[in-house]
Amino acid sequence: MYNRRLTMRRAFVASIPVMAGYIVLGIGFGILLNSRGYGLIWAFAMSTIIFAGSLQYVAVDLLAGGASLITTALTSLMVNARHLFYAVAMVDTYKKAGREKPYLIYALTDETYSLVCTIDTDEFPEGVDKMKYCFWLTLMNQSYWVLGSCLGSALGSVLSFDFAGIDFAMTALFVAVFVEQWISSKNHACAITGIVVSLICLALFGPDNFLIPTMILITTALVVEQKLGVFGREGADE
Amino acid sequence: MNNMHAIAMILVAGLVTVFLRSAPFLLWGGEKKTPEFIVWLGNMLPYAIMAMLVVYCLRNTSLTEMSSLIPAAAGVGVTAGIQAWKRNSVYSILAGTIVYMVLIQIM
Repeated sequence: MYNRRLTMRRAFVASIPVMAGYIVLGIGFGILLNSRGYGLIWAFAMSTIIFAGSLQYVAVDLLAGGASLITTALTSLMVNARHLFYAVAMVDTYKKAGREKPYLIYALTDETYSLVCTIDTDEFPEGVDKMKYCFWLTLMNQSYWVLGSCLGSALGSVLSFDFAGIDFAMTALFVAVFVEQWISSKNHACAITGIVVSLICLALFGPDNFLIPTMILITTALVVEQKLGVFGREGADE
Repeated sequence: MNNMHAIAMILVAGLVTVFLRSAPFLLWGGEKKTPEFIVWLGNMLPYAIMAMLVVYCLRNTSLTEMSSLIPAAAGVGVTAGIQAWKRNSVYSILAGTIVYMVLIQIM
């Protein structure tokens, strides 16, 4: 039997690291947007409709500069191309989702992905439904982001605390997930492939352009390693 | 710039993002069985993607400027160490972020 309270509580606990990061990064976005003449309603609309942190920061400049729709589309495609990767990884898992599925896909950010990509349902107590859990987690994460954006827009000039460096919470989230995955899997070939390919591409293509070549090369490298039998018969998740 | 154009820009950015997030589901997410290759990729990718995201977040860290390198290295080190020790992401993220913030503001 699905227990909503229990599922929501579980999702809330998992969302706490994202809450810290999203509220603060959201505030930063709201302040920035407000400084370019776009107030509360714009912050709310962008965080609800676009809901992609790095793109929204870039979009502030596009809005302020009056960029064309073509430029906006191409920039969005470049900045957010990595989301294709998350979706490929979640296609099979989200197949079992019911009416929540469109929203789960719509709001699949980096941070939400990092929390839903390797859920261990064995750890869930009776009554926690995996798909409902993903739904609440996704919804809570978006609420933090929208809340942060609106707060930043409304109170931007009043806040005086020095938030410098708090965006590191997102980096730390990915580091923590990476370490947890490393400890809980026996075969580290995938993780090592990810590190090596990303670093090589960063060195070759620079910080602004390395993600797309990295994604293509990671996929290629994994296929080659599979052919060579690097992962053994069972794959890395066993 | 007029508001209509700004609204159109937000909608375009939103549509492109939704397209990127939904394309694989539209291709392979239907009622029929997911292709084996996609299932396999879905099992393998999380490990590689998380490494890519860590590198992505640290992409602008300078290897020569100590005021950039030391906070990042310490933040990552503390987060990874506490995660490996306590296996609790709230503790590890909190500790790593505090260390980073303190260092970035004093250095």
